[in-house]
Amino acid sequence: MTAREDAIFRALADPTRRAVFERLTLGEAAVKEITARFDVSQPAISQHLAALRKAGLVAERREGRNAYYRVNPAGLRPLVDWIEHYQAFWRDRIERLRTTLEEMEE
Amino acid sequence: MTDPATKDDTQSITVEYELLHPPAKVWRALTDSKLVESWLMPNDLVPVVGHRFTFRARPIPGWDGICHCEVLEVKPNERLSYTWRGGSDELPHRSRLDTVVTWTLTPMVSGGTRLKLVHSGFKSSDAYAFEMMGNGWRGKIAERIAEVVAALA
Repeated sequence: MTAREDAIFRALADPTRRAVFERLTLGEAAVKEITARFDVSQPAISQHLAALRKAGLVAERREGRNAYYRVNPAGLRPLVDWIEHYQAFWRDRIERLRTTLEEMEE
Repeated sequence: MTDPATKDDTQSITVEYELLHPPAKVWRALTDSKLVESWLMPNDLVPVVGHRFTFRARPIPGWDGICHCEVLEVKPNERLSYTWRGGSDELPHRSRLDTVVTWTLTPMVSGGTRLKLVHSGFKSSDAYAFEMMGNGWRGKIAERIAEVVAALA
């Protein structure tokens, strides 16, 4: 597993962080709004958001004294890399094709 | 030939193998449904242009395991291609795989076959990642993450 994937999994290993991330998949939210939704203190929420940001899963923008967070669409890419998945898939299947060919009559 | 799955910003996978078996034999292994099942997946493939069929795999989070296909090109012992799509014809393809698989067979002097697979039409990963956010995939990603987290524990 790559360092990037590892960071993502560690970030999402905490159920509250996972729930915060899921909330952000619905759209951008202010820190205050996120705090109101969960029974967790604001400093704790800020820590969770920092961990998600460090893992590349969310991005922050500031407007005056308010901070807004949104999902980074490319953030989950290491987990859902279809290309890599299919490359491994086809290599494996063609090896199996070799076996089938061996077992076929001429 | 125009590739219906080709759009700007798509990627493809290319895999090439040298096989010790002649093209006619490799062709049979690529086009006979029972043989294809033995190395790929259960299917109802028939090498006839326009034929629609499915490959059936075990469902995993994020995929029901069914690949919807249509034969695009059949050149016996030379070239076979079919679409490879997630989702049914009733669902919008936008958030699913919409790709083309092309097999090319080239005879080798040794009597074997150079087999080339091109799987094309993968949209940029960002497109997939973003689409994961909607279309009911959020829960599936969460399941997958939970599985992996549990495995890490």
